Parts: sequence; C-alpha cells; structure tokens
Amino acid sequence: MTARTSAPDGRRVVPNPRPRPDRDRWLGVAFVAPQVLGVIVLGVVPFLFVIWYSLNEWRPLTGEMEFTGLGNYSRLFADPTFSASVVASLFFSAGVLVLNLVIAISLAVLLNRRMKGITAFRTIFFSPVVVSVVAWSVTWGFLLAPNGGINGALKVLGIDGPSWLADSSTALISLVVVQVFKGVGMNMVLFLAALQSVPEEIREAAQLDGATPWKSFWSITVPMIAPTILLTGILTTIGSLEVFAPVQLLTDGGPGNATNVLPFFLYRTAFVSQQFGYASAIGVVLFAIILALTMLQWTSRRKWVHDEV
Amino acid sequence: MTTVTLYVLLVVASLPFLYPTLWMIFSSFKPANEIFLQPPTLLPKEWTLDGFAQVFTAQPFLRQYGNSMYIAVVVTLASILLSAMAGYAFARIRFPLRNAAFTLMLATMMVPTEVTIIPIFTAVRAMGLTNTHWPLIILPIFGPTAVVSVFIFRQHFLSFPKEYEEAARLDGVSRAGVFFRIALPLATPAVAAVGIMAFLRSFNMYFEALIFLRTPENFTLGLAITRYQDFYGEQMWNTQLGAASLTVVPILVVFLIAQKQFVQGLAQTGLKG
Repeated sequence: MTARTSAPDGRRVVPNPRPRPDRDRWLGVAFVAPQVLGVIVLGVVPFLFVIWYSLNEWRPLTGEMEFTGLGNYSRLFADPTFSASVVASLFFSAGVLVLNLVIAISLAVLLNRRMKGITAFRTIFFSPVVVSVVAWSVTWGFLLAPNGGINGALKVLGIDGPSWLADSSTALISLVVVQVFKGVGMNMVLFLAALQSVPEEIREAAQLDGATPWKSFWSITVPMIAPTILLTGILTTIGSLEVFAPVQLLTDGGPGNATNVLPFFLYRTAFVSQQFGYASAIGVVLFAIILALTMLQWTSRRKWVHDEV
Repeated sequence: MTTVTLYVLLVVASLPFLYPTLWMIFSSFKPANEIFLQPPTLLPKEWTLDGFAQVFTAQPFLRQYGNSMYIAVVVTLASILLSAMAGYAFARIRFPLRNAAFTLMLATMMVPTEVTIIPIFTAVRAMGLTNTHWPLIILPIFGPTAVVSVFIFRQHFLSFPKEYEEAARLDGVSRAGVFFRIALPLATPAVAAVGIMAFLRSFNMYFEALIFLRTPENFTLGLAITRYQDFYGEQMWNTQLGAASLTVVPILVVFLIAQKQFVQGLAQTGLKG
C-alpha cells in the first residue's frame, strides 16, 4: 500500500500514482473475461469436438455414433469430390489473394493524392463493402446470366459471351471476380492509411536522385507498407477460404464440382446428406489448410517485412 | 501520369464497383420482362413499382427488416463495449497469462464458423434455440469473429497517451473509471471502425441464418431476399431486386454520411500494422 499524506487544504493525495497492481490485475482479468471465455466456448471447445466427431461415423438422423478412427480421413482422401473441392478452394483463394492485393494497392496508390473528386472515387471503390453479400451475389447472378448484362454488353462489341456460371472453365473465375470487387475496398482503405504514413520527403528525395516512379514504388513504397501487405494478405486468405454465400447463391457448387469449395462441401455433407462425422473431417482439413497458409505467410515475413507487425 | 488520364482510368476502374449496385436499384423499378432485355439497359424504359408491390406481401418483409436491425444493433453495441474492455486490458493492464490469452484469441481467427458449425449446431439444438435469434446474436459478439474488434481496440489503446490516464489517477479516479470516463470516450475512431464493422458483419450474416432459421417470420434480410418465389416456385426477379435494394439503400446512405469517420477510424487504429 502507498503511504497517505494530507495536502495543505486537507484533501487526501496519493503521492505515488503508480497503479495498484493487485486490484488492476483483477480488473484486467474481468475486462478480457467475456471475450476470452467467448472464443474458448465458441471457438476452441467446438473445434476439439470437431476433431472428435471426425474420428467417428455419425449420422444424426439415426443418432448412431461409432468410433472409426481415421476412417473418415481415408474415405475423404479417396473421394474425388474432396480433391476437386481442395483444388477449387486453393484456386479460389490464390485468385482472390493476388487480384485483391494488386487491385487494392494500385487503387490506394492512385487515390493517395489531393485532387478534385478523389473522395468520391474512394467512396465508390469502398461502396460494395457495405452492400450485403446476398444482394451483391444476387445482382451478379443477373449480370453473369447467359442473357444477362455482361453478355449483352459483349454482344454490342460483337462477342458471344460464355454462360459464365454454368461453364466449368469460367464459373470459378467468375466467383473470384464477384468476391474481389465486393471486398477489395476494405483493403484499399487500409493501404491508403499505410501510404499516408509514408513520409513524403523520402519519395521526393528518391525522385531527385532520378528514380523512376516504378522504381521508387518497388524500392520505397512497397517496403514501407510491407506490414500492411502481410496483415491484409493473411486476413484476405482466411476470408477467401471461408467463402460460402456467393457459391451457394450463384453456382450451388457446380457445374460438376468446379466451384464446390471446402466450406460449401462441408455444408452439403453435414446439412444435406446428414453425415456429421465425415463433414467434421472436411472441417479439420479446411482448418489445416488455413493454418498452413497463415504460417507460410507469417514465417515468410522475415524475408520482406522489416518492421515488426 | 497526367490528370486527364488519371481521371479516365479511375472512371473506367469504378465501373465494376458502382454498376452492379446501380443496376440493382434501377432494375427494381423495371417491369419483370425488361430485366433480361437485350441489349441491356441501366435505366428502366418504363418505370413501375410492380416489383416493390409484392416485397411486403410475399413475405413478412417489415418483420424481417426489424429482425435484422435489432440483431445488428444489439451485436454492434455489445461488440463495442466488450471488445473495447478487452482491447484496453490487453493494451494497458498487466495480469497473469495476458500474452497467452491474446495469442489464443488471435489463433482462433483461423477457425471459421464453417469448421465449428456442427458442434455449435448440435449445442443450439440441444438447448432448444433453433429457429431463434440467439445464435445470431451470441456468435458474432463472443465468437472468434469478434477478435478483429479486440485487435483494433488494443492497437488504439497502445498508442493512447498515458498522460491523460496518469492525470486522472492522480485525481483519485479508479482504473475502471479511467477506462469508462476517459479512454473509451476518447476512442471515437476505434469505436466508429469497430461499430461499423460489427454492424456490417451482423447484417451480412448468411451462413448462420441459413443453418438456424426455419420460418419466414424469424428470417433475417439476407435469407429473406433469396426466398421470393411465386406459387409455382418461379423466382420473382424484380421483387427480389426490390427487396435487395431496400436493404442496401439505407446502409449506403448512412455510409455516405459517416464514411469520413469510418476511413479515419480504420486509418488511426493502427490496423495498418
């Protein structure tokens, strides 16, 4: 305890303003408790259950649950739908990651200047973020239909467009495009914030030294926003591996299994064909992929991110 | 790059961002047979409210609107308060296992709801809460998706000047008082960013709604939009677009008013890294 003294006017003063560690400690625990317990009860515990379920054959309709060890996994790795699903997920994720970062950084660089109307453009590029994912998907469904807006525009140019969502060579790419335009505005704003923390003098100095805009972008801008690239890269990868609504609303996993990404495959296995054990094994694989890709990006940071995040 | 080329570039680039939303809004004023007209047009040739006529009669749309709004408001307010408390404690208070708890939270961000939905579904069913709004309220407030909000507040409070707090402590204000009366009220940018993100996350919730909700009276908007069908099971295209527009326009208007706050909020919270 700290010693108390009296001020001349008789008011109590605390001469040592350091926080009293004992009471603060409990306040800290109390403040984080709802969220920490929340992620344990709604994240960690269900995840342990998923691992347990994945080792069982479990059909909720009959209520039977039977321990089968790695049976679900050996069945999964022999299932052609599963391999198609992994390919679709990885392709989707890679496409979204690359396009999203390239477009977000390009837009941020273009918009990072004082110019008439620049705020309006920022608002336009950000606006799909606030449109609900269902409204956005439904609208693109119309635009991508065989007789929809995009093919109509192509026809004016004399091109016969494919049926984007029904053709296995274009369906997944179409979903990538729908996802990228929906979410890239969020990353653009984060990159704008990062660019605004790059001191103007550094770029001016580089220009005086005769660096081309392209050169100064790669050797000054990119290194300075590298922590943001890492963070948005990880968040975008996780987000793209979770994609569900556009797939269900636009392609229903088809044609064939071309767009049957892992979350959608899991949903169908669990809630349409009622195989909870098998679906749990899909969930474990989905988590393993997210973990592997996150770790890959996180450990690669030493090579290209100089500041610590 | 000259100013003119930059403007031309920006206008072209903005088309895929702007056009779908405009097309959705204008097409909801078209008669059904004009939606797939070739060549396609943005503006209706003939303006009509036919599409909207059935938005409210084919489904209990007002009720569904109310469901989405009250869930989103509860989720937003609770998310701001709880994630600010957690973020403040992680940034400013020393307590046992602080780093372990924070690492655990960050790690759960890698576990999407889709992965854990089966045990969550069986638990919700066992508690008799299927077809209620409880899972749609509890999951986004307390679940792993809330971790980003905690992270934003933690980053914000890490850079919050210590002097304000020390002055208050000298005046005898308790630590909790410092948080509620000084730190939180001054955290406007972080509150704005977390508030808008939590609202949008809740308003966008589709997967969970699809799993848990059964009857149209309990649907949220995302689910409702997809269920506009006539007696023959045919999609009611213009009604669907009308309903979608009615869900999008109010949020767009709020965003246009508040967008400066939001962008600043994201920029100042240190989510930039």
